Amino acid sequence: MSTNNVILEVKNLKQFFRVDRKTTTRAVDDVSFKIFEGETFSVVGESGSGKSTLGRTLIRIYDGVAGEVEFMGKKISGKLDKETKHFITTNMQMIFQDPMASLNPRKKVLDTVAFGLDVNKLVSDPVERKNKVIEVLKSVGLSEDHINRFPHQFSGGQRQRIGVARALVLKPKFIIADEIISALDVSIQAQVINLMKKLQRELGLTYLFIAHDLSMVRYISDRVAVMHLGHIVEMGTVDDVYNHPMHPYTKSLLSAIPHPDPDSEKKRKRFVYDMSTIIYNDSHMVQLSDTHSILTTDKDFELWSKGDYSLSLK
Amino acid sequence: MEENRILEVKNLQLSFQLDVGTNHVIRDISFHLNRGETLAIVGESGSGKSVTTKAILGLIDDNGAVEEGSILFRLNKNGKEEIVDLLHSTKSFMQKNIRGSKIAIIFQDPMTSLDPTMTIGNQIMESMLEHKLVKSKKEALERTRNLLDLVGIDHPDKRMKQYPHQLSGGMRQRIVIAIALACEPDLLIADEPTTALDVTIQSQILELIKDIQKKTGVAIIFITHDLGVVANVADRVAVMYAGKIVEEGLASEVYYDPRHPYTWGLLSSIPSLDGKEEEILSIPGSPPNLIHPPKGDAFAYRSSYALAIDFEEVPPMFKVSETHFVASWLLHPDAPKVEMPDVLKKRLNQYSHSKEV
Repeated sequence: MSTNNVILEVKNLKQFFRVDRKTTTRAVDDVSFKIFEGETFSVVGESGSGKSTLGRTLIRIYDGVAGEVEFMGKKISGKLDKETKHFITTNMQMIFQDPMASLNPRKKVLDTVAFGLDVNKLVSDPVERKNKVIEVLKSVGLSEDHINRFPHQFSGGQRQRIGVARALVLKPKFIIADEIISALDVSIQAQVINLMKKLQRELGLTYLFIAHDLSMVRYISDRVAVMHLGHIVEMGTVDDVYNHPMHPYTKSLLSAIPHPDPDSEKKRKRFVYDMSTIIYNDSHMVQLSDTHSILTTDKDFELWSKGDYSLSLK
Repeated sequence: MEENRILEVKNLQLSFQLDVGTNHVIRDISFHLNRGETLAIVGESGSGKSVTTKAILGLIDDNGAVEEGSILFRLNKNGKEEIVDLLHSTKSFMQKNIRGSKIAIIFQDPMTSLDPTMTIGNQIMESMLEHKLVKSKKEALERTRNLLDLVGIDHPDKRMKQYPHQLSGGMRQRIVIAIALACEPDLLIADEPTTALDVTIQSQILELIKDIQKKTGVAIIFITHDLGVVANVADRVAVMYAGKIVEEGLASEVYYDPRHPYTWGLLSSIPSLDGKEEEILSIPGSPPNLIHPPKGDAFAYRSSYALAIDFEEVPPMFKVSETHFVASWLLHPDAPKVEMPDVLKKRLNQYSHSKEV
């Protein structure tokens, strides 16, 4: 965190999906947070926690049901005029999970990467267009020779680099990375993560990193929010969340991470908590320190702050 | 075959015929499995780990050809033991005597390996009735109840009447495990059984598999791409790269004293949970195309430790201890002395430190 300028502020964001007449999925349910310029803010949670829906709602793939989002001082929730839409697409970009599914198989890399330039009418000269693409490809570790190839001619790691290049070509300030490494092999994951860190250092980017792999998140993030059933249940710096977790959901997630260390693994006790005993509707955010907060009820908070998690065990 | 071994794969070589050429997927691998133990086979996609298990089950596609080798299995038939070569058995023999009954498999995605139109109960009972392990439906029901109990599912009678879509992902994988155990197999192959699951569910399923092994004594081959996942369950680990086993040893040997640069790379690309200052080392490049397998050591092309001979000759298995073998020229007595990367060394020191505390 270099500065304390807020780049994105989310207030009481809600995103519901109607399943049928009786049921509505509350995918994102009253979520508020701030992201500071130049930092990596990660959202972790299991499948169905609403973390991807959150990212998609922010970049306006979905329209939120309620709540306010302010990005670089501009309101980007509710109805948007043309100018604001343009402002969002040029300053906020997204990288998706599966590079094969998110790249058009019939388009050359040149056209895929240049697409953002084309639709926003940012270049008119074909030579300039090509040069811009080559420049951004080089920054992600690909070369000039790659521009006329198709996605299937690349390996998984290279494809994800194309996805990164496509997001970078408009020189955005803010990037949403939605599970960008989970479809990749372990040895390739580290390559992509190191690339993301390098780009952040060089270009001063801000990341919203959505992931379920807690050890990678710890490595890349400045601050972390843990999501469960559409709520942010715990939020804080990496040190707060990983070394001083208080919410039982965070505790159980952390205790489930496998370590490549057989001796300690064999002795390890997992933290188990019956999550059905927690009622989020009655809960509110409690500030534990300047940076650390959890979602809890007064009654639970009293117990948890004493380290008492026995309530769910009966 | 030695008395305590249940499976022995010897010099297996296997290739697939494709339009563009011959894909040499398995390039001379040998390993064994003792009774009641868990062997983890670790490798990236395309390393040949899943094909190996398919060869054991006799499920190689028609365009696949076994070029060499044998897979010996100790078949226990009504108390009498005999050794059969699974690679050279007929399809009907495999179907009747091996697959499902003596060797069972759990796949990655529980939703695609269950039949959506059949109740849980019928799916579990199907194989025991098929293999005539039970005399009556009543006995089958009783056995199914016990199995559901074994895999940790409450209200077995209610669950038996349900369909897969009515269960959560973790429950479904428990059902898949129950089906695999229905005929009391001697060998269970788990092919990435937790990859599609959330972390908390993953740790439950891993505990369950360990627990089942304790109760039934079944031998397990655990296929995974993640060294972190199997630390808890594996007795021995074999690391595969480009159709070869590059390192094999007891779990403690592979995790605490890794010798192959690829194993170093795999271990150091998992970020540690203790410190965030250290960098994670990535392995540059990507795995080779096995239609034209590289000469010499396939990993040399991505390794900063490669020697000149690595590009010329395939390294043999060097013996580090009675149980630990490594295919790398770095272990040759004349090779220059090379140490593992500092990041990894530091981390391994931390592990041994935490053990003392």
